[in-house]
Amino acid sequence: MSGAARAILLDSHGNPIPLSERGPASTWSMISFGFWLFLLSDIVIFASLFATYAVLSNSTAGGPTGHDIFDLKNVFIETCCLLASSFTCGLMLIAAERRQLRNFYLWAVVTWVLGAAFIGLEVTEFSDLVARGAGPTHSAFLSAFFTLVGTHGCHVSAGLLWLLVMAAQVATLGLRTTVVRRLFCFSLFWHALDLVWIGVFTIVYLGSNVHV
Amino acid sequence: MSDEESVQGSHSDPNLDVEDDGSTTPASYLLGLGVAIILTLASFGAALTHLVWGPGLPILLAVLAIAQMGVHLVFFMHVNATEEGENTVLALGFGIFIVFLVVFGSIVIMNNLSGFMPSMDQLMKMQR
Repeated sequence: MSGAARAILLDSHGNPIPLSERGPASTWSMISFGFWLFLLSDIVIFASLFATYAVLSNSTAGGPTGHDIFDLKNVFIETCCLLASSFTCGLMLIAAERRQLRNFYLWAVVTWVLGAAFIGLEVTEFSDLVARGAGPTHSAFLSAFFTLVGTHGCHVSAGLLWLLVMAAQVATLGLRTTVVRRLFCFSLFWHALDLVWIGVFTIVYLGSNVHV
Repeated sequence: MSDEESVQGSHSDPNLDVEDDGSTTPASYLLGLGVAIILTLASFGAALTHLVWGPGLPILLAVLAIAQMGVHLVFFMHVNATEEGENTVLALGFGIFIVFLVVFGSIVIMNNLSGFMPSMDQLMKMQR
């Protein structure tokens, strides 16, 4: 925290002002906290889908198991794409906070391309599974798999759309305070999706390779 | 609006209290990325090779995943224990509580139910 912000928290005698007497919180902390609550509720949705998957993962109805159909090399590339895009998203936010327009566009494009590559790989995987007869209607296990991983994919697609909107806002409004605040929310959203993906690749994909 | 104007506008705005505590530097993101890559490689390596004792593998994968989530929260999402971050941490704690309740509650209850479920041939006998 900067020196100016710290000075506000002390009264004229230099004593700290109690939290209840400091007046309303700054717009920045209210927005980031509100968005944080949204992200947590989103993660609770994913938790219920993870629970469904964990319960149904052995209900293959005589169909293929996860070990038969998952291509872990593909999953590793997807993981790398998402992790790298999380990193470049951070660099994009730093460039926006420092009002470096050209760096912002550079990292925004890299983030978008990596996210789109992730979605492309996932769509290829899904269509491949459906073509091989392992679609979501085949067994409870596959229904749970397509719901969980598909919901994550929908979130990433929504994030890609959001990033396009933010780039348009930067192009028309410039890197003004409100736009940087929205970019901050976007970066939280993008990192949260990577957080959920850690659960997906560990439980769904690597978990399918575990034989206890 | 030109680039210069937006810079001027930002300085006159008192609400722009962007975290200036040194946590949002490329170096902190690089450190987070490095640790996350190591943990990801460890997860995939442990699952794809037979170097780890089989029954211990799920526990190792869970530990690696939780560690990587922690790295993301601290280095990428800047969750910290400062006064400003206190509410964030409290909300996160509640979120984690709900997640564990939903996931482990479902697994325990459904396992228990399927344990009590009569097998298919017993069901057929009951219907006669």
